[in-house]
Amino acid sequence: MPILGRAALIIALAVCAYGIFAAIYGAVTGRRAFIESARRSVYALAIATTVAFVVLELAFLRSDFSFAVVSGHSSTTTPWYYKASAMWSSQEGSLLLWVWLLSIWSSLVIFLTRNRLRDVVPWATAVLLGYGAFFAALLVFKVSPFETLSPAPTEGAGLNPLLRHPAMMIHPPMLYSGYTLFAVPFAFAIGALITKRVDAEWIRSTRRFALGAWLLLGIGILLGARWSYNELGWGGYWAWDAVENASLMPWLTGTAFIHSIMIQEKRGMLKVWNVSLVLATGILCVLGTFLVRSGILDSIHAFGASTLGVPFVTLIAGMSLGSIALVVWRRGILRSEHKLDSLLSREAIFLLNNLVLVALCFVVFWGTFFPLISEAITGEETAVGPPWFSRYTVPLALLLVLLSGIGPLIAWRRATPRNLRKTFAFPAGCGLVALVAMLFIPGVPQKPLAMIMFALGAFVIGTIAQELWRGTSARRAMTGEAAPLAVVSLVRRNRRRYGGYFVHLGIVFMFVGVAASSAFQHAEDRRLQVGQSTTVNGYDVKYVRSTATFQSDPSKTGAMLTLGAVLDVSKDGKHIATLTPGRGYYSSSNANDGLFEQLINGEPTSEVALKTGPMRDFWTAVAPDFTKLQPLVDAIDKGLGQNENMTQDGLLRGYVAGLTAFTEAYKQSPPPAMFRIISSPMVMWIWIGALIAIGGGLIALWPAPDAARRRATANLKARVAQDLSRA
Amino acid sequence: MVDVLAPLAIFVLMLAVVYVVTGPLRRGAMSQTEAREESDRQNLEAARDAKYREIRDAELDKETGKLSEADWRVLDRELRGEAVEILRRLDELDGR
Repeated sequence: MPILGRAALIIALAVCAYGIFAAIYGAVTGRRAFIESARRSVYALAIATTVAFVVLELAFLRSDFSFAVVSGHSSTTTPWYYKASAMWSSQEGSLLLWVWLLSIWSSLVIFLTRNRLRDVVPWATAVLLGYGAFFAALLVFKVSPFETLSPAPTEGAGLNPLLRHPAMMIHPPMLYSGYTLFAVPFAFAIGALITKRVDAEWIRSTRRFALGAWLLLGIGILLGARWSYNELGWGGYWAWDAVENASLMPWLTGTAFIHSIMIQEKRGMLKVWNVSLVLATGILCVLGTFLVRSGILDSIHAFGASTLGVPFVTLIAGMSLGSIALVVWRRGILRSEHKLDSLLSREAIFLLNNLVLVALCFVVFWGTFFPLISEAITGEETAVGPPWFSRYTVPLALLLVLLSGIGPLIAWRRATPRNLRKTFAFPAGCGLVALVAMLFIPGVPQKPLAMIMFALGAFVIGTIAQELWRGTSARRAMTGEAAPLAVVSLVRRNRRRYGGYFVHLGIVFMFVGVAASSAFQHAEDRRLQVGQSTTVNGYDVKYVRSTATFQSDPSKTGAMLTLGAVLDVSKDGKHIATLTPGRGYYSSSNANDGLFEQLINGEPTSEVALKTGPMRDFWTAVAPDFTKLQPLVDAIDKGLGQNENMTQDGLLRGYVAGLTAFTEAYKQSPPPAMFRIISSPMVMWIWIGALIAIGGGLIALWPAPDAARRRATANLKARVAQDLSRA
Repeated sequence: MVDVLAPLAIFVLMLAVVYVVTGPLRRGAMSQTEAREESDRQNLEAARDAKYREIRDAELDKETGKLSEADWRVLDRELRGEAVEILRRLDELDGR
């Protein structure tokens, strides 16, 4: 039903165009019926894009190769769960996912604010539908996911083998949810500026969406890191790749935003800063989407060159100029209601934290676009690598961790030296003890930046522990609750605060994990024969035997052939682990190669073997050397190509016989293989920290009990006290 | 069969979208005054919840030693006064 999908997208575009008109007309004339109609246009957009999404998803699940996009990105041999997620491996499918998620989140916010912010909502609706119109127009006019092939091929090209990983099934929906959710505060900021409603109301209405965007974008980034660590075969989780950086930039400014809006909510300060941050975040989200699609920067994650550059650049330029013009136009009403009382205040620390986050974003932006900048200036494209990024981001990250410990301990408005002594004694002691302890661990003092990160981590953990202890003690003194119940009550009554603390705790664990695994990693590339051993960081690794399977891929990725190794890892004669790294092979369509050579020289992917633990990860990948087996490959291909009149069945039988002979030969007299072996400390803490941070984010996101449902009849002052005692 | 189903599905989709979008134009939306009152009420309820959160935050800051007793008393009085003002405005809307 490609025609239904195409029609749904055209309807979506028409609905957006009408909705934008109705929203603006309603806002300008005050005609509520048009504003309501515009609101319903957002729901209609969700209906239309859902239909298009379902049509395409069904085509993937049914392996309907009459759809060009299905033929290009799936196959009958692709496992069903990868068929389901193959849609977003394509340019067209991922754009459809983008606009579908946008329509869902937009519908949610427009529904939740149906009776609030009556001046702002129509403009926000117009902006959200503007986003929808842009992406729907791309799908209708530029890259239709409903292009058809006639006659339909009997088999598709299959999903890119690198994307056959569980993290990659969820990574794009998470990332795009983050991007599209950030469109919500962006749209409301525009509405607030146009209608001069720049108090904290638009922030209160969209805070959860900003937090949700931050959380989901963060989860998307982490899934990408996890995929990189487990699938790409180089052993790292972050490479400062252009596309990785593209998702990190809005996350950084979004982090700054969810901190600084607290200052506007409490003190009416930083209005210019907040609208600028959220407008920048919205623009960076579109920039991130653009970078993956344009092919202007080299990246393993990008879709390659495309024709989408001009529309995206036009959109980004329009958003940037429009945002700047709006902020300048409304600068008069964006003045702060209060001044900064003291540099020793939470406002000041949050402001400093914001500056560090924006500086980090600028560093990432500069490094990412440096190839384009250098080409524009010198005519030569020069890229900067991880050492360049580390030079600037590491000191900023250290400062950020320090501030994440100081911020929660300082009072709003002004802290007194007595307060500071009282609140900082214990956490500072934790940091100092950790620093001294590190001095006695061999090798650690040689890595001073890592050592400082560990000490700062201990400082932050000290602040959080102290906050929880003091809060729980106060709660117990007031209510007499048992300690575990008091902790739960404390967190439940102050979700934003303690959710935030858990996020800080998780982030600290992650930073400590990154510092340890970066500073103390041992990586070796070794060529080994079966029976040979090597030593990496004191661990003995022995290549025990080779493995080879076909059509029964142990990783369930649909690989035709999997070659691997059994490695025995021991330390000081004690067995530590048996690891079985492998390499999956998928046929290419290179017509110059023989049928069997297409498989061997096709698209191999690493199936990493990992012994993971809280103190150390032992990571291995294997790449077999086929030189010795090349004569056999040539012989198989010669056999397959000898009889031109061979039937499909005969060809298949010959192919299977060739695979059997090859795998037996690989097992019986295995050729040498290249092994990448990495011993990396504390990587697990990155993932544990991520889970803690996600848990904290969910606590902060969880709605408080609805005060509106409470019944109170006492006088006003007593009602305030009564309401406060309930939640 | 598919040839008939696809145009039918497109027609149904178009009908559904037109029905959803034009609903308020056919029925007429809430009156301006009603809409303004409802919007004001929800805005005030959100402001009240935010004020309560501030009061609790300040109390917790005092309990955890970040605010002195004297500073907290001043701040708490100020915040509760603001909360009372919000409740008064909410009552006005309800016609109490």
